[in-house]
Amino acid sequence: MLDDFMTRATLAGIGVAIAAAPLGCFVVWRRMAYFGDATAHAAILGVALSLAFQMSIFLGTLVVALIMALAVTMLSGRGYAMDTLLGVMAHSSLAFGLVAVSFLSGIRIDLMAYLFGDILSVSRTDLVVIWGGAALVVALIVWRWSQLLTATLNEELAYATGFDPKREQLILTLSLAVTVAVAIKVVGVLLIAAMLIIPAAAARSLARSPETMALIAAAIGAFSAVAGLRAAYVFDTPAGPSIVCVAAVLFVGFSLTGWRSRSGV
Amino acid sequence: MTLITVEKLSVRYGANTVLHNVDMTIEAGEIVTIVGPNGSGKTSLLRAIIGATNPSAGHVSRKPGLKIGYVPQKLHVDPTLPISVARFMRLTHRVSKDDCAAALAAAGVPDLLKRQMSQLSGGQFQRVLLARALINRPDILLLDEATQGLDQRGSASFYQQIEAVRQETGCAILMISHELHVVMSASDRVICLNGHVCCEGSPAVVASAPEYRALFGTGTGGALALYRHEHDHNHDHSHEAAE
Repeated sequence: MLDDFMTRATLAGIGVAIAAAPLGCFVVWRRMAYFGDATAHAAILGVALSLAFQMSIFLGTLVVALIMALAVTMLSGRGYAMDTLLGVMAHSSLAFGLVAVSFLSGIRIDLMAYLFGDILSVSRTDLVVIWGGAALVVALIVWRWSQLLTATLNEELAYATGFDPKREQLILTLSLAVTVAVAIKVVGVLLIAAMLIIPAAAARSLARSPETMALIAAAIGAFSAVAGLRAAYVFDTPAGPSIVCVAAVLFVGFSLTGWRSRSGV
Repeated sequence: MTLITVEKLSVRYGANTVLHNVDMTIEAGEIVTIVGPNGSGKTSLLRAIIGATNPSAGHVSRKPGLKIGYVPQKLHVDPTLPISVARFMRLTHRVSKDDCAAALAAAGVPDLLKRQMSQLSGGQFQRVLLARALINRPDILLLDEATQGLDQRGSASFYQQIEAVRQETGCAILMISHELHVVMSASDRVICLNGHVCCEGSPAVVASAPEYRALFGTGTGGALALYRHEHDHNHDHSHEAAE
């Protein structure tokens, strides 16, 4: 069954969608939408380093994304707002990444492949990495769910309850780093942020609780992966962007019906 | 029994010392209010007590196993976060629906369980925060300007609720407030803070202390009169005078 490249692509897309859904909800709730961008841009630097040191792309992007996550966590709350920090890190790591790539003479790399991903070339090993990473992220989020939610609502409430909200933020940013690293092959740098945010945003108008929002976001993401790949096959369109297009259409549709039903009350 | 002991506490943000050599204790069952002008370190003191700010000197010790109920100054629920009152009540502790309903009733807002947090009015929201803080039967309740954004009527009835809570549960209460007259009448002890402890004692002692007068001016004459008036009488019914 896994011999078919479309099957592998679909499974990879669903894996990424499931990991991205709960994380995407926190990204939206905490207003750190830029984080996906920042980590993803940092990943370009990771790709360059991987090629320079001849290690796997997954490892290189994971290391750079983890460093980026740690840096953001340590610097936040020290005089810069989160979005400013992320903006600085996103653009500077992208710039350093592109400069680093230019030093790699003799190696021609296809930057487009990393910007937009190549879900149709996912191998069995990639599938193991993606589903392993997704399982790890989901397990981590489920385990820390109530603490993460408390820390998102109010920092002092977290301290008064007896845990450190900074630690919860670190868990969140590390999970994001892992997700970006496993997703880079599937949807690419530019579309990872979209897979984090769009399904979560689309789920908002349908959900009445934080938990249902995360589940609905996972369903929307998985459906987008399946439908987007199908559309890419039928209309011969690029696979990654097609997945995001389906998610975006769902977002618009659910938002419009959500607004109508709410204003009708 | 002493619940919280603060010894020689100093808190510094960069080069800026906000608290200097602060000593205080909270005993079981008492209502203590911290008053002080803006920037006097009230919130920093509360943050140090819950462990959110590391002291640059001195230390805070809590009774082992102390259960704290915390009512934040402002809790922002992002519009993208769907959460019902019932879910919010169970945020940090697993409790039954009946306990949630009972806590909401005790805070004066029954029948809100199924509402979304984003649909509540300012007064309802603060009372839900109070109910959530009480649900774990805390030894001490900490309130950080919990009536900010409420009108005078709303905050007077909120403080009435606080006193009722103390009478029912016997938990100690430490609160920060700007609303001097309402708060001072409800307190057993007042701590006047301005980077350090200026003066401390019963509301009567603090209100007549020269340090307090220097900080809050002579405009507090009315509050003093109100306070005296109230303490000629029983502690109950005291809030009608505040309105």
